[in-house]
Amino acid sequence: MPSPATSWNGRRCDDPGPGPTPRAVNAAPVGQRISSAAERRLPALTRKRRPEPLPIRLDRRRIYVLPTRFGLMFALLLFVMLLGALNYGNNPALLLTCLLGAAAGGSIFAGFRAMSGLRLVAMRANPAHAGEPLRLRLAFDAAGRDRQALCIRRGDDETAFSLLRGEPGEALFAITETRRGWLRPGPLRLSTTYPLGLFQLWSWAHPDAAFLVWPALETPTPPFPAGHGSEGALARHGAEGEPADLREYRSTDPPRLIAWKASARHDTLLVREPEREAGEILVFDHARLSGLDAEARISRLAAWVAAADAGRRTYLLRLPGEEFGPGSGAAQQADCMKALALLPGPGRA
Amino acid sequence: MLRRRRGRTAPPASSVERLDAHTFGLLSATTAATLLAHVGHLPAWLSLPLLALVALRWWSRRRGAGVIASWIRLPLAGLLLVLVVMHFGNLFGREPGTMLGCGLLALKLLETERRRDARVALGFAAFVLMSALLFEQSLLFTLLICTVLVLLLASLVSLQPALPRGRTALRLQLRTGAVLLGASLPLAAAAFVLVPRLASPLWGAPGDDLDARTGLSEEMAPGSMTELLIDDSPALRVDFDEGAPPAPAQRYFRALIMWDFDGTTWTRGPRRAWTPVEEVEDTSAALAYTVTLEPSRQRWLPALDVPLEAPAGARLSAGRIAVAMTPVNQPRQYRLRSATGYRLAPTLEGTERARALALPAGVDPRSRALATRWRLEGRDDAGMVQAALEFYRREFTYTLEVPLLGRDSVDEFLFDTQRGYCEHYSSSFVFLMRAGGIPARVVTGYQGGWWNATYRYLLVRQSDAHAWAEVWMEGRGWLRVDPTAAVSPTRVEAGSGGAAGAGGWGDDDWLRSLRNQLDVVNRLWTQGVLRFDALRQKGLLTPFGVADARPGDLLLALSAALAVAMVLATLWALRGGPRVRGDELDRAWAHLLRRLGRRGIAHRPAEGPMEFLARMNGDAPALAARLAPVIGEYAELRYGARIADAARVAAFARRARRLALPSRRAAGAPAGATAQPDAARIEV
Repeated sequence: MPSPATSWNGRRCDDPGPGPTPRAVNAAPVGQRISSAAERRLPALTRKRRPEPLPIRLDRRRIYVLPTRFGLMFALLLFVMLLGALNYGNNPALLLTCLLGAAAGGSIFAGFRAMSGLRLVAMRANPAHAGEPLRLRLAFDAAGRDRQALCIRRGDDETAFSLLRGEPGEALFAITETRRGWLRPGPLRLSTTYPLGLFQLWSWAHPDAAFLVWPALETPTPPFPAGHGSEGALARHGAEGEPADLREYRSTDPPRLIAWKASARHDTLLVREPEREAGEILVFDHARLSGLDAEARISRLAAWVAAADAGRRTYLLRLPGEEFGPGSGAAQQADCMKALALLPGPGRA
Repeated sequence: MLRRRRGRTAPPASSVERLDAHTFGLLSATTAATLLAHVGHLPAWLSLPLLALVALRWWSRRRGAGVIASWIRLPLAGLLLVLVVMHFGNLFGREPGTMLGCGLLALKLLETERRRDARVALGFAAFVLMSALLFEQSLLFTLLICTVLVLLLASLVSLQPALPRGRTALRLQLRTGAVLLGASLPLAAAAFVLVPRLASPLWGAPGDDLDARTGLSEEMAPGSMTELLIDDSPALRVDFDEGAPPAPAQRYFRALIMWDFDGTTWTRGPRRAWTPVEEVEDTSAALAYTVTLEPSRQRWLPALDVPLEAPAGARLSAGRIAVAMTPVNQPRQYRLRSATGYRLAPTLEGTERARALALPAGVDPRSRALATRWRLEGRDDAGMVQAALEFYRREFTYTLEVPLLGRDSVDEFLFDTQRGYCEHYSSSFVFLMRAGGIPARVVTGYQGGWWNATYRYLLVRQSDAHAWAEVWMEGRGWLRVDPTAAVSPTRVEAGSGGAAGAGGWGDDDWLRSLRNQLDVVNRLWTQGVLRFDALRQKGLLTPFGVADARPGDLLLALSAALAVAMVLATLWALRGGPRVRGDELDRAWAHLLRRLGRRGIAHRPAEGPMEFLARMNGDAPALAARLAPVIGEYAELRYGARIADAARVAAFARRARRLALPSRRAAGAPAGATAQPDAARIEV
């Protein structure tokens, strides 16, 4: 992957401003503290609240700017330099101060250009289990500009990324605090202190999107419940000397499952489905786990579903009021996990 | 819960935030460059160890070492403090302050590991960089400082997170810094011109704590001027109202008069409470001119022999020397009128006469004897002068390389070594004259200079410093006699460079003339930038109808300039780049749709690619079959679970571009644009 960000939340955002202890409580930059206070009081001011459909384009109406703590310090420094130059009547020093001041002011506009016109085009994520980070891939359109040192922040999660002209713009952003159920990633704070770290420009993107977080899995995986009803043993179909359970290769398949001969015949990679256990269908019944509390039940069921799917078993999930399966495969797993994720309970988001 | 949260927000800071090698390298380079800017005035025993410290830190960090432990840093800081106090006696003022600043900057690098530290260090570096300009203000130096500023800004840029790395990173960051600085030039220039200058300093007396530059000295011991005579920096520039300068032999700029001699050193002598200014009579060939004097840290203002009145802000001393009220710490401009033909001080009486004849007792007997012999030969005053000049002409050599002289310095020079330059000649000449009973005195100043014919001004360098003599004769007043001219006429005609003879810089004629030509730029710098002061600022807004600009007017104008700059910057910031909608994939898709559209197959805005294909399948199955793989590919790239990689997108774009489409007719639409119903049918 040519993109500079190769791991999730691999890069800390800019943390402008000197301070005795790094990131002590309330040690956020002054600008950020003021702005977050303003945003709390006047959400309409910064358009933080309304979710909007993708793509989201940042423009001047929603980009805000405040000096960072380092920016304030720098302003003080410039003032001292100005006084010194004027006091000594030293024109070259004054010229230097003016240059530095003008460059500092100009950096606002350079930073603005890094934000303005940026489009959040798409968000994708593979399902995550509660408690694990939800790994988001955010696709950005840089609109024909290099945009460096951008930062996404959501609560305590943050990552920095750069978008280069002519390269696919993607940021890998992990949301670490997850609970089962629907997770709405917005509002995301997009910010930058590019180029000099003197000013922070920020904007809120509140994409109207939600990602399903599957329930946490009980570890270690408990043994499957003892046999319930071997409802119709599965027959093995075989015709014309080829196993019936050949399917197209997926990138996640281990190579040893590839049926090379069959693949050669069909001109496409085929893999052999591992032999299903001809035995019984597994039944995971919510009602039978009465000894556990609600969340523990869901975790155990989810762990079973995951284990059964990994073992390519056929299973049935029975929840209060509904039933999934019997079946197997990704769709069955997704259905079951979704139902489990959305069960009411204290652990739901 | 709270514990957990805090645990995560405070990751092992050193590992996450630690500056990478590239950033730290830039930071070290900026620090080193800042220190180098101070090398000119810092003592070598401090500047060299500081630079070594920076290099050492950079090197050790490259090899994986962490911060230098505080038990090393703190004693080093203490040592620095002690050194500064020992060297200067205190911590305040320009020189000790700068020295301390340089030291602290180098020490700061030792503990810099994180972004925050690096920013503090860079901010401090900007300050230390500025302080270098308090010591040296030439154009070249200022440009060098601005170059370091680019490095400094690039270092700030490199502190940004998640920048692209690799070989181009440094170039990119330097370019960002340079562009920022370049773009800020217009506003900086406006601010420079418009920031109200202080009429008087807020604190301190600027320049008091500065050591005197090389330049004319208040005393003259023969042999002491050598350093000055090889200093090629400009001393003053003169614009003559008539345009043309006086002849080279007339270009004597007097700065100091030395009365008293103690056997080795000439001094100005005790100041008299009040001595009338010597009178000038029978003046002729008066010249009006403007002098721009480089900072000399002294109060005297060199004036062409002999000034008729004091310039503004100065007075004339007894010997018609212009003396400023305050030391010249900034380039100073003054207007003067001088007469090159004159009779100075028709009468010389009392103490003045006694001073002009005084000689130290018991030294230089041979010189006294020589003067007595000339008198005994029956020479009058003019004859004495002639005899002395002829004596010089016969026996003496002009050279800057002079042997050391002992107690009877005049004797040794006149009878033993017979080698020397202006100081030796003027000193011994005045001694001989006084010994012969003729009132005489030493005058120092500048002689000669280089006339820039293109820009019509006279450039006088420090190396044009000169010492000559004045003798007083009844009825003729003080007469200028230049014994050096008797030995080396070229010194007066062609300047010090011509007289210095073999070796040294002076020999390279073309180089010298090149340097003289380039002085025009320095002159513009001095007059346009260095000399821009409160007075000049007042007249600044005259074209806009404000005759006498007050600080308020200037601030108003500054605000206006700021507003204009903001508007321009805003326009620039809002200007989109090349109007690009969507990415590569979108463009390729749009291109394909446009091609289809030209053939009468319209794509509806609200239609997805697969729907589009399905609709086409009903209308033009042959075409649809052809398009199916391309459209399928697009759908997968655009809506697939993975984000399309660039190579596949490029391949798709190529494929879509090259896809042969049937002509309009073959696409199923009967002839041309008249096929409205058909086109509609396809579209529906």
